[in-house]
Amino acid sequence: MIDIQLKDTTLDTQECVDFVASDSAGGTTVFIGTVRNKTKDKTVVRLEFEAYPPMAVAEMKKIAEQAKEKWNAEKICIHHRTGILDIGEIPVIIAVATPHRKAAFEACQYCIDTLKETVPIWKKEIFEDGEVWVAAHP
Amino acid sequence: MKIEILAFGIAKDIIKNRTLSLDIPAGSNVGFLKNELTSRFPDFGKLKSLAIAVNEEYQADDFNLSEKDEVVIIPPVSGG
Repeated sequence: MIDIQLKDTTLDTQECVDFVASDSAGGTTVFIGTVRNKTKDKTVVRLEFEAYPPMAVAEMKKIAEQAKEKWNAEKICIHHRTGILDIGEIPVIIAVATPHRKAAFEACQYCIDTLKETVPIWKKEIFEDGEVWVAAHP
Repeated sequence: MKIEILAFGIAKDIIKNRTLSLDIPAGSNVGFLKNELTSRFPDFGKLKSLAIAVNEEYQADDFNLSEKDEVVIIPPVSGG
């Protein structure tokens, strides 16, 4: 089973953990992305996330399906935020439950790494003295 | 043919709008569209990458566009 959500309200870690709970899973890994207060030496004030919603959901679903297939995952949950996020808030949660622990770590890492490469979501960092779309330029 | 293009992230800043209407020859492909965009808006050439999604799927340069397609400019993504 797979649960993908893209929403503009606070993400709930427990909801993700509860979703992936399974009697046949021996391990669950959870990745929680959080908004950091600095990029290099610059103080970050907040982040703004924008998504192309239908495709973002479709791409996250593809990633979860690939991971489920490759690591024999029981359940995978990916929730991602849009909108304005303050320091310490959670832009993304990925929870993966697999029969054995090694697969849970690997599948979870695959999901977050691939999400950052393919899912049409963009983040703008707002600094005290300006703003920048993250990773836009070489 | 006329195509309606949606822009997100920095692409929206570059075209200074959320949508763009372009007249391109019938049967143009994604590669042609990217060249057209970059010649009209040279800032696209400065990005780390430039992808085009058609009907919610990434498409390669040789993919042919048609008038009713939902075409979206995908600048470098940065979710997570």
